[in-house]
Amino acid sequence: MSIDHETSRVLDALEAEAIWVFRETAAAFERPVLLYSIGKDSTVLLHLARKAFHPGPIPFPVMHIDTGWKFRQMYELRDRTAKELDLDLRLATNQEARDANVTPFSHGAQEFTRIMKTVALRAALDEGQFDIAVGGARRDEERSRAKERIFSLREAGHRWEPRNQRPEFWHTVNNALTDGQTMRVFPLSNWSELDVWRYVARENLEVVPLYFTQERPVVKRQGTWIMVDDDRMEFEEGEQPQMRRVRFRSLGDYPLSGAVEGEAADVYDIIRDIEVNRQSERAGRLIDGEGAMSMERKKAEGYF
Amino acid sequence: MAVAASTADVGILLIDAMRGTKRQTHRHLTVCGLMGVRHVVLAVNKLDGVGYDQGIYNELVAEVSDTARRMEIQSVIPVPVSALVGDNVLAHSPNTPWYHGPTLLDALDAAEILEDPSGEVRLPVQTIIRGKHFRGYGGLVASGAVRAGQKITVTQSGQQATIVKLHGLNGTQPTELEQAIPGESVTIELDKDIDIARSDLLVTGQPPQLADRYAADIVWMSDQQLAHGRSYTLRCGPLEVPATVTNVRHRLDVTNGNTMAARILEINDVGRVEIATARPVALEAYTDSRETGGFILVDRMTGETLAAGLTRFALRRATNVVPHHFEVDRQARQILNGHPAKVLWLTGFSGSGKSTIADAVERRLHSLGIRSFVLDGDNLRSGLNKDLGFTPEDRAENVRRVAEVARLMYDAGVVVIVALVSPFRADRQTARSLFEAGDFVEAWVDTPIEVAMERDTKGLYAKSKAGNLPNLTGVGQQYEDPESAELHLRGTDDVDANVSKVLEVLLPDADQ
Repeated sequence: MSIDHETSRVLDALEAEAIWVFRETAAAFERPVLLYSIGKDSTVLLHLARKAFHPGPIPFPVMHIDTGWKFRQMYELRDRTAKELDLDLRLATNQEARDANVTPFSHGAQEFTRIMKTVALRAALDEGQFDIAVGGARRDEERSRAKERIFSLREAGHRWEPRNQRPEFWHTVNNALTDGQTMRVFPLSNWSELDVWRYVARENLEVVPLYFTQERPVVKRQGTWIMVDDDRMEFEEGEQPQMRRVRFRSLGDYPLSGAVEGEAADVYDIIRDIEVNRQSERAGRLIDGEGAMSMERKKAEGYF
Repeated sequence: MAVAASTADVGILLIDAMRGTKRQTHRHLTVCGLMGVRHVVLAVNKLDGVGYDQGIYNELVAEVSDTARRMEIQSVIPVPVSALVGDNVLAHSPNTPWYHGPTLLDALDAAEILEDPSGEVRLPVQTIIRGKHFRGYGGLVASGAVRAGQKITVTQSGQQATIVKLHGLNGTQPTELEQAIPGESVTIELDKDIDIARSDLLVTGQPPQLADRYAADIVWMSDQQLAHGRSYTLRCGPLEVPATVTNVRHRLDVTNGNTMAARILEINDVGRVEIATARPVALEAYTDSRETGGFILVDRMTGETLAAGLTRFALRRATNVVPHHFEVDRQARQILNGHPAKVLWLTGFSGSGKSTIADAVERRLHSLGIRSFVLDGDNLRSGLNKDLGFTPEDRAENVRRVAEVARLMYDAGVVVIVALVSPFRADRQTARSLFEAGDFVEAWVDTPIEVAMERDTKGLYAKSKAGNLPNLTGVGQQYEDPESAELHLRGTDDVDANVSKVLEVLLPDADQ
C-alpha cells in the first residue's frame, strides 16, 4: 500500500499551510516556542517545523510539559530525537506538585491534568516570556476545538475568550498583542487523524512504537485497557495485570491512556483501520470524559 | 461567512424550495462574489416538499442567476436536491426525471479549482531562512510557478537576481525541488546577495506599480464605526503599513447591488473607500490576486481586526510624488534654534483650561527664547477646518489636519502647542504616530465636567442644555480618558504650577 496521488495532493496543501503558519510564527512574533508532547501529532509538527526552516535550524526552542508519567518509550524517543535534530529542548514540570507527590492515582485524572499540565504550561510560558506557543491540536479532535482559530488569541493569564477571536482572512495574520495577550497557534488545525497518519507514512516518520500492537501488561479500568508501564502503578482492588495484544491511538500519561485491542503492525494498518472505523481517537482518554464540555472548560483555564 | 469565502474556491448556496430566496440568499451570494468565489453550486433543497415541481425549481434558479451574474461569479451549477431523502446528492434520483445535470457531489468534483501557474510569479517574502553559510527566502507562492533559473525583481527596490535553487526535504533527506506553484510554501536561494526583507514582493516580468493611494471595497466588522481620517494598520500577508481611510465613497446594498451615498460604515456594511498608506506599497487588484490584493485593517490601540479589504485600483502612482530630500532638515534647524522641536498636545473637555495653559506655556517659552506656536482648535475651525462639524468622523479629520500642520511646524524646528478637545484615543494615537518617540507629549487637562460646565467660557454647555448642540464632548458625546498620557494636569490647579510641570517634561534641559 502507498499514498495515492489525490491523497498526496491533499497532504501537499496541508503541508504548505502548516509551513506558512510556522514561518509566520517565527517572523511576526518575538519569542515563539514549540510545544512537543512526543505523540504522532507532535512528530508531524516537528517534521513540518524542520521543513519550514530547512536548510536552516528550527529558530525557536522546543518544550515538553513533562508530568513525569509518560510512557518510558516516549521518553526514549524524545531524548533521541532531541539529540539527533540538535533541538533546543526545554523541559517544564510542576516540580512543587511533584515533590508533594501529586500522582494520577492520588488526585484523579482531571485534577492531575490541571495541576501537572495546565498549571505547568502556564508557568513555563510565563517564565520563558513566550508570546506565541505552537501546539498540535486539530479541529477534528473535539467539539470545542472545531471553532478554534489557527492563530488563537489568549487574554492575560492565558484565558481563552471564544468571542475575542480574530477572523482569519487569506494568509494574513493579525499579530497585534496588547496588555498581556499571547497567542497559541495550531499548524495542524485543518488536519484529520487520517491525514496525520497518511503523512507519517508518506514522509516515513518514526513514531512511538506504542501505536502498534504488541503484547503488553494491562489492567481493565473504566471499560478500557490501562498499561502497567512501571512499578509506580497503583492497583485497585481485584485488579491483576494480564498480557494482552493492545495498541494506543492517543498517548499521554500512562495511567490515563486507554489502549484498544485489534491488530496494527504498521502505519498502513492504522490508516486502514481509521478508514473503516470512525471512532474518535480521544475516546480512550480518561481525562476528557469527566463532565460535559470538559475540554472547553480546560481551554478557558489555559489548557490547549 | 466572509472569512470562509475569502479562501474558498467553490461555494454551496442552499435554497429552501418551500420558502424561496430570501435577503440572506442574495447577501451570501454577493459576499461570495466580492470575496472571489468563482464557482457556486446552487443546491435547491426540500424539493420533496414542493412535489418535485420543475417550474418552482427553474424560477428559483433564474432569480439567483441574476445576482450571480451581477457579482461576476463565473459558474453557477444548480442541482435540485432533497437532503432529507438524498435526491441527487450522491446519485441521480428517479423523483426528478426532468433533471439531467450533475449530482451535488459530481458538481463539486467538476469545479475547476487548480491555480493557474502560467502567469508571472508573485512571491511575498515571509521570512529569511538562515543557516550556516546560507541565506534563503521563504514564502507562500501567490501566483505563477517558481523555478530555478528565473530572474526575479524586488518590487520595492528594483534590484534583480536569479534563483539558483529551491530547497526542500524529501522525507528527512535534503532535496532540490523542480518548481513551486501557487499555494505552496517555498525556500529559494539566489545567485547573489541583494537587500531583501520580509514583505518584499519578488516577481518575474514587469513589477507591479508602487502606490500610496488606493480605492478598495471593505467589509466592516467592528462595533465601532469606520471614520475617515483615522489611522489603522493595514496588513496584507507579510506586509504591514500604517494606513488612513481618507474617504468613504459609497455603501453597497448587498441584497440588490445598488450603491448608496455614505460617510461612515457600520458593522456588516460593505463600502467603497479610499485608502492612503504611509509609504508606497504594491497592492494588486483583488480580482487578479487574492493574496496580494486582500488586506485587513487593524485597530492600532486594541489590536482588533476591524475590516477586510479588497483592493480595486491604485488612485495615485507613487512614482508621481517623489519626496524631495532637502539638505536643511529638522536636525539642522534645531541646531540653529538652539532647542529641540517638540509637540505638546493638550486634550480635555471644552472649558477644561487647555487654551489658558497653552497661552501660559507659550509666554514662558517666549521669555526663554524658544520658538513656539499655538494651534488652537477653535481658531483653526474658523479657517483651515471650517468645513468640518463635530460628528466623530469630522472630529477624526479635524485631528488629522491639526496633527499634519503640527508636523510641518515641528519639521520647521518649532515647539508646537496644540489645544484640542480631541476626545478619541485612536485619533490622539494617530497624531502621536506622526512624530518621533519622545518628541510628542500628550497632556490630559483633567477638569471635572461640572467645573467646565460652571465656567462655560464659550456658552456651549448652555446651548447644549437647550438642545442645540448634540455632539458636545462630555454631554452628548463621550470623552475617552487618556491611558498613556505623559502628563496628567488638573485644570483646577494653579496655572503657573501646571506650566512648570509641562516644561519639566517637555523641555527637561531648558533653563527655566
